[in-house]
Amino acid sequence: MPVVLFLLIAAAFGLGALMMGGLFRLRRPYPEKLMPYESGIDPVGEPRQRFSVRFYVIAMLFVVFDVEAVFMYPWAVVFDRIGLYAFVEMLIFIFVLLVGYLYAWKKEAFRWE
Amino acid sequence: MVELFFGYLAGAVVVLSLLVVFSRNAVHSVLWMLLMFLHMAGLYLLLNAEFLAATQVIVYAGAILVLFLFVIMLLNITEEMRLEQFTVGWPMGVSVSLGVLIAMLAALSGFRTDLKGPWSIEAVERTTHTKALGKVLYTEYMLPFEIASLVLLVAIVGAVYLAKKRLR
Amino acid sequence: MMKLFELLIQPGSFDILLDILVVVLKIAVVIAVVMLHVAYATYFERKVIGHMQVRMGPREVGPHGLLQPVADMLKLFFKEDIIPARADKPVFYLAPVISLMAALSSLAVIPFFDGFVIADINIGLLFILAVSSLGSYGIVLSGWASNSKYSFLGGLRSMAQVISYEVAMGLSLVGVMIMAGSLNLTEIVRAQASYPAGMFAVPQVLGFFVFIVAAIAETNRAPFDLPEAESELVAGYFVEYSGMRFALFYAAEYIGMIVMGALAVTCFLGGWTVPGFVTAVLPFLEHVPGVVWFIGKLYFIIFFYYWIRATLPRYRYDQLMNIGWKILIPLALVNILITGIAKVIL
Repeated sequence: MPVVLFLLIAAAFGLGALMMGGLFRLRRPYPEKLMPYESGIDPVGEPRQRFSVRFYVIAMLFVVFDVEAVFMYPWAVVFDRIGLYAFVEMLIFIFVLLVGYLYAWKKEAFRWE
Repeated sequence: MVELFFGYLAGAVVVLSLLVVFSRNAVHSVLWMLLMFLHMAGLYLLLNAEFLAATQVIVYAGAILVLFLFVIMLLNITEEMRLEQFTVGWPMGVSVSLGVLIAMLAALSGFRTDLKGPWSIEAVERTTHTKALGKVLYTEYMLPFEIASLVLLVAIVGAVYLAKKRLR
Repeated sequence: MMKLFELLIQPGSFDILLDILVVVLKIAVVIAVVMLHVAYATYFERKVIGHMQVRMGPREVGPHGLLQPVADMLKLFFKEDIIPARADKPVFYLAPVISLMAALSSLAVIPFFDGFVIADINIGLLFILAVSSLGSYGIVLSGWASNSKYSFLGGLRSMAQVISYEVAMGLSLVGVMIMAGSLNLTEIVRAQASYPAGMFAVPQVLGFFVFIVAAIAETNRAPFDLPEAESELVAGYFVEYSGMRFALFYAAEYIGMIVMGALAVTCFLGGWTVPGFVTAVLPFLEHVPGVVWFIGKLYFIIFFYYWIRATLPRYRYDQLMNIGWKILIPLALVNILITGIAKVIL
């Protein structure tokens, strides 16, 4: 509940600051001013271009490893209670993922040039 | 009070899902979906499942949605989404949705609230949800947990293999 | 969290209003103090880096330039707000607010001193990880919405960088979770006080290292400031932002630094507590209030950020990805294994 309150106040703070500024600041737009910045040269072509597929691979690997990390949190918290048994279990889990990690490494999924 | 919160969250999830579907701009869809995931996390909080709520935000909002965003930006669909062929298939879509709805309504008759396990609400609150989940997941449900690692392995291999040709 | 929900169900709701009022007051105090710190963090950054490079830093506005942040703030406040042509307006408006909200709300779960934490929730650590993963939306969306090549590239780079280091950060904290047996930040601090070293930075030195590197990368600070690399992308994702909107991004970055610093202090440096062996030698230190310790440790971490920025050149993008995926993640896994083995043996 305090978290929700905090979120609301943070949002109000951000929007409030913007709106307060809106009351005072100048607004004199003209086409050259509104042009996207490209070091003084008129922009050429579409800015939202297609980009390297590597970003996609990184995002995919991130999803997998994020899930792995999430699996570790409850394990870490109860480590005291279930001890060695859980440790071996997690070793197997990490080992399986390590295979995938090494595969990705070998296939140069992490390499950028 | 709890009913009020639940009503708001459930209603918001439905409205936001509709917005996701009806947004013309794919990036706006992703934003609505982000908001919807946050409301779903709120629903988990109401159910005392704070670990699931955090996981919902970390994995779905923080990871899977990022992947969506990347794919949308990678494809940069601006012209394609106005094409006819993506809008003519609606009779098929409606019939599939109706079928799913009927199946879900049929499943509703099997819905029971009187089942009780060893983990009552009080027990979960006492041990905290994360620890309760850890204790059960890493003892009773060891096999599904290990199988999950294999599923993740498949995901890694699949992603790397699909992109392999382009990586060189 | 749940307790407050229960409170709200019960009749007799005057107390509830009072509770809410107290919480709102606390939040206001925290936000005010943090924003003041943000303003002066920019000043100290310029001063510290100035002196490290044998310059004086700002000294025109006020004595020793002490009023510089005020002048900057006024300037940004009155600046014209330019929205580039063909920008996606709603997203363009929303992006800085998302960044600021994500950065600020992490402060809700940080225990500044014993008993002072706005929301003492059981999953405090996960909350921060979750919220910080949302902060990257502000960046990538601003890059996409601005309709500019520089900002689009900056946004993409930043997103890939943040997600790569987020895994390392999450894994580096697992060791702390094993040792503390909890995700509640207050309990993590208490757990450290009972260790002989008084802080997890000693037994978790590997985790601490991974965490600090990942924290610098997460907040897009030098030497990992590729998303805003001024020599190639001008300012990266916020090149099209001006005035107050730019200020919100800037503030979000500094709040992010403070949050990551505070997280390092609570998880690795013992939070508001003093190590037992220090008070054994110098008993009078026990009377120093906890908040002083907390802020002192936090200032040290922030100084460390500046120090690194003044010392190290920027990495190349391929180096950055290498560090994240090929060094930090294996190191974090090794740290987990070591911690686990130590815990099983002891």
